[in-house]
Amino acid sequence: MEYEISLATTMAISVLFALSLNMITGFCGQISLGHAAFLGVGAYTSGILAKAGVPFLLTLPLAMLLAGALGVIVGFASLRVRADFLAITTMGVGFLFVGIVRQQDVLGAEMGISAIPDTDMSKLAFMLFAVAMAAATAVLSAYVRRCWMGRVFAAIAEDEDTVRVMGIDVPSFKLTAFALGTALAGLAGGLYAQHLKFIAPDSFGFIESITVLSMVVVGGIGSVIGVTVSAAVLSVLPSWFQVIGDYKLLVYGGLLFLMMRFSPGGMAALVTRVFHPDRWGAK
Amino acid sequence: MSALLSVGAVTVLFDGVTALSDVSFDVNQGELLGLIGPNGAGKTTLLRVITGVVRQTSGTVLLDGRSLDGLPTHLRIRRGLALSQQIVTPFCGMSVIDNVALAAGAKKTASPVKALFHTRRERELKIGGELLARLGIESQANESPEIQPMGILKRLELARSLALVLRLLLLDEPLAGLNSKEARLLADTITEINRGGTTIVLIEHNLGEVLRVCHRLVVLDNGEKIAEGEPETVMNDATVRAAYLGTGAAAQAGERHAAA
Ligand SMILES: Nc1ncnc2c1ncn2[C@@H]1O[C@H](COP(=O)(O)OP(=O)(O)O)[C@@H](O)[C@H]1O
Ligand SMILES: [Mg+2]
Repeated sequence: MEYEISLATTMAISVLFALSLNMITGFCGQISLGHAAFLGVGAYTSGILAKAGVPFLLTLPLAMLLAGALGVIVGFASLRVRADFLAITTMGVGFLFVGIVRQQDVLGAEMGISAIPDTDMSKLAFMLFAVAMAAATAVLSAYVRRCWMGRVFAAIAEDEDTVRVMGIDVPSFKLTAFALGTALAGLAGGLYAQHLKFIAPDSFGFIESITVLSMVVVGGIGSVIGVTVSAAVLSVLPSWFQVIGDYKLLVYGGLLFLMMRFSPGGMAALVTRVFHPDRWGAK
Repeated sequence: MSALLSVGAVTVLFDGVTALSDVSFDVNQGELLGLIGPNGAGKTTLLRVITGVVRQTSGTVLLDGRSLDGLPTHLRIRRGLALSQQIVTPFCGMSVIDNVALAAGAKKTASPVKALFHTRRERELKIGGELLARLGIESQANESPEIQPMGILKRLELARSLALVLRLLLLDEPLAGLNSKEARLLADTITEINRGGTTIVLIEHNLGEVLRVCHRLVVLDNGEKIAEGEPETVMNDATVRAAYLGTGAAAQAGERHAAA
């Protein structure tokens, strides 16, 4: 039972993390190859504060705040550069994060941070809490998509110059997408640190960024249900098949490539194509 | 009549190429002004300067006596400008009516916070439906723009700009790609919009329709203003005739005129 609970917790955290990237890349069309850095910011913030005696639940809003603030700063880069360059910039941010954390003794350097104190929740209660957070994020995502902000995001993803000519303040909408998405990644990071009790720089590197991006793309960029299902499935594969864990970058990178090449709308588009061939939009 | 828009000595250089050179003119309140000239004359660039998509090298643009210089595009649009572009730019991920409804939601998209707390759009869909009907493309409302012919897309582009809260409508070749009957109908619609109180700047190669609907013309050639005034007078101007004959645009325009 312990194993199943742990697995369900991992799935919930991955779903939350993938939905957080979906807000930026799926909804607003801003590619990120360094999203794991924000998972890391959340994990380190929550882990360090918890070790300093701050109650776990209180560390979460702080983790979100710090990750979101750094997200806005990176978001400023998206205002200046075009899509292909944004990929490079965010990748750079990812490497920068790992590089800085490795050098800082206060952050545990290479050794990372271990013995993060327990909460007063049981393993089961913590799993349910993580699931509740992931569910809340899914509900928020579904809401964002059908409110006016989601409509503007979708238009920005398609053609931001035209959105400007429609009188819409594109920069502030993009920054909002980054703030929301990175703050939610920070929340996922807080849960991650508490779940594993141990964090190290390598858990938040390029491989993790590619993994989460492949979850979003496989699920179907922008589709809340698609991304939820694909993150849940892809996150448990490494624990079932050792070989996937060993060749993560190859497997997830390959998956990412295949999806982009053969079904840019992800599984969501495939499902739509099979069941509603008359409908023109995958979303 | 007072000037709604004032273009003052605007010059635009694109890495050494002079796209506009010291162009000045006024657009009066309530007027339908034709902006004509051969291909490459700088007409589109001028509209881009007015909307702030392109920054002028020198010169100024005033709306209602207030400078627009330095203002980002979206704020200029919110002051009452609307642009219908020469190269149509529909959002293909949404339906035809959703395109128009998005523009009609200007109040709800004024800031991310407002946009986050509004979901309903009955009002915007109603406006969208009315505009599509006005332009005769209501039967395409729920289709994707992706599959529409140019004639429909041109009208969608116009419908979307009409959905904005607007005082000055900038139209860049709205009749291009339409057959002569469609062009005449759309030119009539443009006249109606103008009679409804909207000031319009119309760029158009279809000289037949331009002469039929415009109150006044400004002519650009090679980035310079070469004439301005009553349509008849301007068209009889020797410089204007020479500019047109030099490029083959006149032949093209004449053909279209003959077809109409
Ligand atoms: N972004 C740009 N960069 C460089 N040159 C440009 C750019 N836009 C327009 N031009 C040049 O400026 C001139 C005017 O173009 P344009 O305004 O499109 O003319 P028109 O709309 O009257 O046909 C042309 O010579 C064109 O090649
Ligand atoms: Mg042009």
